[in-house]
Amino acid sequence: MTDSFDLSATRRGFLGLAAAGAAFSALPAPASAQRVRTSARIVILGAGAGGAGMANRLATRLEGAQITVVDGRPQHWYQPGFTLIAAGLKPASYSISGTGDWLPRGVTWLQDYAAEIDPEANRVTTLGGERLDYDYLIVATGLTLDWEAIEGFSLDLVGAEHGISAHYASPEYAERSWQALDRFTDQGGVGLFGRPSTEMKCAGAPLKITMLAEDIASRKGNRANAQIIYNAHNPTLFGVPIVDHRVRQIFRERAIEMRFEHVLTAIDPGRKVATYATPAGDVETSYDFINVIPPQRAPQVVRESGLSWADRWTDQGWIEVDMATLRHARYANVFGIGDINGVPKGKTAASAKFHMPVIEDHLLAELQGREGTRRFNGYTSCPMITRIGRAMLIEFDYYDNLVPSFPGIVAPLEELWIAWLMKEIALKPTYNAMLRGLA
Amino acid sequence: MEEFSLSTFLAVFEEMFGTVLFWALVAIAILFTLAWIYVLFRDRALSFRKYLVAQLSMPFGAVAAVAFVLWITSSRLGDIGGPIDWLVLLGVAAVGAVGLSIVVYVVQSLGRGSRLPSGPRSSA
Repeated sequence: MTDSFDLSATRRGFLGLAAAGAAFSALPAPASAQRVRTSARIVILGAGAGGAGMANRLATRLEGAQITVVDGRPQHWYQPGFTLIAAGLKPASYSISGTGDWLPRGVTWLQDYAAEIDPEANRVTTLGGERLDYDYLIVATGLTLDWEAIEGFSLDLVGAEHGISAHYASPEYAERSWQALDRFTDQGGVGLFGRPSTEMKCAGAPLKITMLAEDIASRKGNRANAQIIYNAHNPTLFGVPIVDHRVRQIFRERAIEMRFEHVLTAIDPGRKVATYATPAGDVETSYDFINVIPPQRAPQVVRESGLSWADRWTDQGWIEVDMATLRHARYANVFGIGDINGVPKGKTAASAKFHMPVIEDHLLAELQGREGTRRFNGYTSCPMITRIGRAMLIEFDYYDNLVPSFPGIVAPLEELWIAWLMKEIALKPTYNAMLRGLA
Repeated sequence: MEEFSLSTFLAVFEEMFGTVLFWALVAIAILFTLAWIYVLFRDRALSFRKYLVAQLSMPFGAVAAVAFVLWITSSRLGDIGGPIDWLVLLGVAAVGAVGLSIVVYVVQSLGRGSRLPSGPRSSA
């Protein structure tokens, strides 16, 4: 869920002014109904935005449940901050906290990774060999960045020396990516940007870093020496047509070159040449700076579990959930949350945030012998940063409808300071409140 | 399907500033407001001299609040885009102006004590 935690936060919200004048937004409140008694064994795979938030929600709502969170990573990453780190606006530490900081009492955190998921036997086995039998499974593993798919690339190359940026990789790599971008915007040359052809988290992030690079070069008075090229994987810049048109307009105004149907397949760091697959065959482009965002897939353990779609995204392995209820199509006691879901849109923390109340509703309803009623409409959002100090607050659903939280007040396709304020100061506290199950 | 709740609002602000700092700021704001009400009751009048000085401080409060917000958000005045941006900016300025004027009024009143002839004082 990289850069777009985004302003799901703002749904049905209001504009609040903090003492510091910060604008922020209201969040859907967790239901405050009475607790449900149950002895159900619930396993949550992953303690990222979705897993941690869900653990807190369930710990609040359930009494007597055995809730186990499986995640081997000691660090929690606030991924919406990665773009800000890669643009030199925040240090790496901005996005780093401890996984354990976000998990509630009463929930068991098994610091290990799942090695096998057996939905027929209702069992998860960890790398360490521990077997967890479950009544309900919530898959919140997130996704895997397939760096190896880019021939010649290695994370060791990230930084100013090779002019390589890979800000999706981690907070530290985002910081090293800034060193590369800083040098590029100082010295000029050819800067290549783009996105993979797979589904990806926060499809706005590649556009944001491109526009930030252009803005930073302009601020340094070095724009004339920098050629900035964005490589789209298909004929569009963004999946929502109206947003695509708006971003094209901005790119044209700012002389950011667009190439379509260019998918990065290899780099040669020695010669500083990138290779793109295009309908006309491979194209080589020399660069001084390149931002690499690799193909993205479900983790291997998920792809081997039988939970993936059999006939869609077969090279990526997203799990087969109902797009409205997020319940697995073949295993009714399995739910998916966040990036791992095989749904048409929304690999963002904003979507994860809106997945949670839906899953909570259906799970609790079942424990009480009822049918759940809440449905997810595909809401996601993206504060599309267009320059330091401005962003567009873009929110949309499965059907490419714009669904602005503040219709008539915050125009979704307008570059606004208030949208930047939301991204810069209100988003992280909102995200943290979400992790605690409070938003 | 989403709804606003005060507890959510407070949770986000606690995260933004840290629980201790947030409630400390709230307490300071309440304290100064109460102190202002107190001196009004105590003096049984709005002192126009103090009020004038307080008013003179307002532009400084407005500018300081705007400068602070721009600074913490890595923004500049040129980033102001649509009407909502101007409204927010004016809101920030207004909060800074009113906030500082209350502080200045209270400090003058408490620092110098009542200038009115002695009489029964409210302990409000």
